[in-house]
Amino acid sequence: MCLAIPSKIIELDDIMATVEVGGARKSISLQLMPEDVGMGDYVLVHAGYAIQKVDEEAALEAHRLLREIALQMEAEGALHDPFDDEGYVIPPSMPPI
Amino acid sequence: MADMADKQESAQESAQESTKAQALRLSRAIAVANAKIGRPVNLMEVCGTHTVALFRHGIRALLPSGIRLLSGPGCPVCVTGIPDVEAAMALARMPGVVLCTFGDMMRVPGGKLNLFDAKADGADVRIVYSPLDALNLAMDNPDLKVIFFATGFETTSPLVAATLMQAQDKVVENFYVHTVHKLVPPALAALLGSGEVKIDGLILPGHACTITGTVPFEFLAKEHATPSIVTGFGPLDILEGILMILNQIVDGKPSVDIQYRKMVRPEGNPKAQEALRKVFTPADAYWRGIGTIPESGFALKEPYTKREAVAALGPVDIPDYPEPKGCACGEVLKGLKLPTDCKLFGKACTPDKPVGACMVSTEGSCAAYYKYGGEL
Ligand code: SF4
Repeated sequence: MCLAIPSKIIELDDIMATVEVGGARKSISLQLMPEDVGMGDYVLVHAGYAIQKVDEEAALEAHRLLREIALQMEAEGALHDPFDDEGYVIPPSMPPI
Repeated sequence: MADMADKQESAQESAQESTKAQALRLSRAIAVANAKIGRPVNLMEVCGTHTVALFRHGIRALLPSGIRLLSGPGCPVCVTGIPDVEAAMALARMPGVVLCTFGDMMRVPGGKLNLFDAKADGADVRIVYSPLDALNLAMDNPDLKVIFFATGFETTSPLVAATLMQAQDKVVENFYVHTVHKLVPPALAALLGSGEVKIDGLILPGHACTITGTVPFEFLAKEHATPSIVTGFGPLDILEGILMILNQIVDGKPSVDIQYRKMVRPEGNPKAQEALRKVFTPADAYWRGIGTIPESGFALKEPYTKREAVAALGPVDIPDYPEPKGCACGEVLKGLKLPTDCKLFGKACTPDKPVGACMVSTEGSCAAYYKYGGEL
């Protein structure tokens, strides 16, 4: 349950931001971010809060891993919403990165 | 189109190939290091995500037989005590109360029932993605008392702290928390201090350390001479982390180091640490199956204490239930037994009909062993 997903900031609004991951959008809080972030930056998101900035390369690598797991899980017939608490999975429909 | 798909596929295949080649290279280096050490090595991970990743990526198959992987108390859901679940259910049954929590908590067994049962029975229990969702619910419904049943390690507790700070700023009087947060370092101190189980190295949780950094874990090397590596969740990350631990054993120089440099900094996230200090103070906490560990949980500080749900809305009547008979969760969490050593495993206890909490959470050791077919 401690998994955090690198997500891309596509909208900024004071201490809130909209992030996108695997085509899903979510409004998150930047209240705990130790540094400034800008549009297009990747942040690690856990349960509605950004907890750290990550560089794009690391974010994309994490996505690749999550997509592999998603495919595996789909094959097993159990796929979760990427923002579901216990799911840490990006839908396989996510565009290739 | 077909061409593009082909190209993509072959690119993916070659990426996979190189992952495989790298995994094999690491696996060989691990075997060499293990041979140098010349005895079996017990490694423990303390993160449910690692427990699952070890199976998913088939890591055990890549390790020599001299390396034994144990799962420690790495799943905050699994260590939530029966009294804490009972209190949550009692709160949820109060009129005018909504209890919100993470999905994983719903099936954790209390004495007899779980939160799903309470919900079916008419209690207003809702699954949320974030503690902020619970705060928003409170703001939208001033006539309801909204409680967030908060579990989790250091990855999650700062978010609850931040949500409480917001509730205070925005004067949301009807928002409460029932916190059963746990801290990883004191649990490891208790485990290593007990001497019950021999642990040669620790695989530290990647995301919890994003918040804490490595400082709170330094004592592992200094006081217990136990090599400890903060490790990521990919197959290569885990293999590299294991190799780093073995190299420390070979060199006889235990330290606390980071394999997962892309995500974890030695100093952690100072802002999240500050939020924790502002809202919480360390308190003794009860770990299911293990017992009470000093200063391994959090109590609320002023001015937040008025939001502690049991104190504010209680008292709640919590009957005294024993742990389910025959369940070896406690020993599993301490690394003394493998899930498969439990007599109930896969027979009386399955993910569909869990007896103990370790079989409930998807990241519980018993659930992971069950799903992936025993020790792979
Ligand atoms: S298999 Fe079930 S009963 Fe046995 S230790 Fe695990 S959770 Fe407890």
